[in-house]
Amino acid sequence: MTRHTLSVLVEDKPGVLARVAGLFSRRGFNIESLAVGRTEHPDISRMTIVVSVEELPLEQVTKQLNKLINVIKIVELETTASVQRQLLLVKVRADATVRSQVLETVQLFRAKVVDVSPEAVTVEATGTSEKLDALLRMLEPYGLREIVQSGMVAIGRGARSITATAVR
Amino acid sequence: MTSATSRPAPGEPPSPRPGPRPKPAPPSGAPIRVTGAQSLVRSLEAVGCEVVFGIPGGTILPAYDPLLDSTKVRHILVRHEQGAGHAATGYAQATGKVGVCMATSGPGATNLVTPLADANMDSVPVVAITGQQSRPLIGTDAFQEADICGITMPITKHNFLVTDAADIPRAIAEAFHLASTGRPGPVLVDIPKDVLQEMTSYSWPPELRLPGYRPTTRPHGKQVREAAKLIAAAKRPVLYVGGGVIKAEASPELLRLAEDTNIPVVTTLMARGAFPDSHRQHLGMPGMHGTVSAVAAMQKSDLLVALGARFDDRVTGQLSTFAPDALVVHADIDPAEISKNRRADVPIVGDCKEIITELIEAVRVERESRSVDLTPWWEQLDALRSTFPLGYDWPDDGTLSPQYVIERIGALTPAGTLFTAGVGQHQMWAAQFVKYESPRTWINSGGLGTMGYAVPAAMGAKAGVPDVQVWAIDGDGCFQMTNQELATCAIENIPIKVAVINNGNLGMVRQWQTLFYGERYSSTDLGTHKHRIPDFKLLAEAMGCAGLRAESKDEVDEVVRQAMEINDRPVVVDFVVGKDAQVWPMVAAGTGNSEIMAARGIRPLFDEDE
Repeated sequence: MTRHTLSVLVEDKPGVLARVAGLFSRRGFNIESLAVGRTEHPDISRMTIVVSVEELPLEQVTKQLNKLINVIKIVELETTASVQRQLLLVKVRADATVRSQVLETVQLFRAKVVDVSPEAVTVEATGTSEKLDALLRMLEPYGLREIVQSGMVAIGRGARSITATAVR
Repeated sequence: MTSATSRPAPGEPPSPRPGPRPKPAPPSGAPIRVTGAQSLVRSLEAVGCEVVFGIPGGTILPAYDPLLDSTKVRHILVRHEQGAGHAATGYAQATGKVGVCMATSGPGATNLVTPLADANMDSVPVVAITGQQSRPLIGTDAFQEADICGITMPITKHNFLVTDAADIPRAIAEAFHLASTGRPGPVLVDIPKDVLQEMTSYSWPPELRLPGYRPTTRPHGKQVREAAKLIAAAKRPVLYVGGGVIKAEASPELLRLAEDTNIPVVTTLMARGAFPDSHRQHLGMPGMHGTVSAVAAMQKSDLLVALGARFDDRVTGQLSTFAPDALVVHADIDPAEISKNRRADVPIVGDCKEIITELIEAVRVERESRSVDLTPWWEQLDALRSTFPLGYDWPDDGTLSPQYVIERIGALTPAGTLFTAGVGQHQMWAAQFVKYESPRTWINSGGLGTMGYAVPAAMGAKAGVPDVQVWAIDGDGCFQMTNQELATCAIENIPIKVAVINNGNLGMVRQWQTLFYGERYSSTDLGTHKHRIPDFKLLAEAMGCAGLRAESKDEVDEVVRQAMEINDRPVVVDFVVGKDAQVWPMVAAGTGNSEIMAARGIRPLFDEDE
């Protein structure tokens, strides 16, 4: 199984997320991550969906997604030709004795501390899921009290826009 | 969608909104003030809807008021919403137009679920209009509230919840457009009661806003040429014809392609009638209960040309052993069908009529330089066809043969007679033993396999093509699921004919119990023989229909003739037939097609005879 990142442009209408999510579950495809947000066009939302499937099922996924009336366009973003980012917020146990070590790790990963209390710091980090996993591995010994992660968002490298050609 | 249809019909009452001055008919396209409900009915008129099958109820009530005044839309009051849904699919398949059904919210809407799933599987253009609880009540578990958009999301091509009365014309226009173009399918429009009641402006035609919907109808020229090369070079080609050919109205083109190339044709359960059964090149139906020659042709083929077919498991049997030597040309309007089950060597996305038209020319060009003699291929197939023709044995116990009954109905009825069927043994026999010569003469539930389909589908078909004789071939199990629509037929003057192939059992299930469950008949005896409950003859009469019965061979022709003579009301014929008749040939579920049994214990070893 290989991981694929799909950028799906959809009409900003009620129920679109349910249609997409329903399609994945009904056809037995697993979503690893899903993020939805606005685009530069007021009527178009963009979903970034990460799926782990083989080549042939992936073709079915995209074809079935394309059949949804509210789906306007699907582009697969290759890891090498796109920028992919996830957001992580993590509460790390960090009292005075270990705080400086925690902060050092945070700096190494170019993450930042967004909240601090006597027992814990909250760290914000962005990056690929691999980078965030590595950060969590480094912080784990101090005690991870709470983790929240966004879905992956991705955008192709270079000047071309996939939304520009979707709107006619 | 002509401009004339957007004007109110003569005699139509004016808008109930008290205006300062009487309004003349506005020019085409100019907005007029109406209620949401009036906007709905006007939109249905404008889009060309002639018949609506439905039942009113609380939330859809506002729509029924202006419907009473419509001179263009006939409403047929059915007895159960499931009947409305199947009637809409029957109507759609008989006429090629969009079938329309209407129901209220909650249970009315959920009763449409089965026919919508059925239409989705068989790609039938249907628009369902449902009432919904008023906007402020949505989400509060109000009386008769059901999230029908959520429920039908996976079983419709698309659905809409209309939240603004101004959107009604566009929703209806989009629903009809979506249902009838591309790969056809069901579309549901859910309209809250207060949206139907509020004042709005109506104008026609609305602007469609479907940026994500652009079906490809025109095939890619290069793909067509690639396909033509394979067709010209193939030694054992087969035209594998599916229901898409009927939906694309491509039968004349198919006939031409077949005759130009001399390639054998098989027609799936959904495509019966797409190619004349009497044609020398027609090998019949492939699949689980297909003819030996049709199944063998596909298994031995070196090139399958799939036209509007979807490699359904009932056709392919075990996929890994299906047509092992065949290259595949797969032409379909739905790109998602191509390479879904069987990888296509040459995919062609487009409308079947356009594809076949272009194929005819491309193949002609190819065959100028090379042309393969198909004589050896035909010799093999003709040998199989003559050794294993479709046939049946008479029951040992002296009871009436169900196959004989169906065969005689097919033989005695005039050309062009339209047949519907339920699901089960009688359906397979109706597909096998009635000879279909033209498209839209065979309507059944292929994909979903919906028992109870025959009677309401026949009702819808007859409403669409009133001059055509319409027979529902039904089983006694199926018939007891939806026969309430006989009352609708009797009252609405829809004189269908129903042949109940009454074997007293859930016949197909019983056949599987005989073959695979050691003849342990668990819950398949309906008691219709033992107790004659219900008495179908009396039931028919109680419903305002003529009731007839035949129990022996010599009564069959006479009773069919009698049934054909009665045209002032529906007719039900109770054919009391033997319970042990089985559908053959058969490929057991989960096995490969080469394991086909021509009859019980008789396996044509066609995969080993080379």
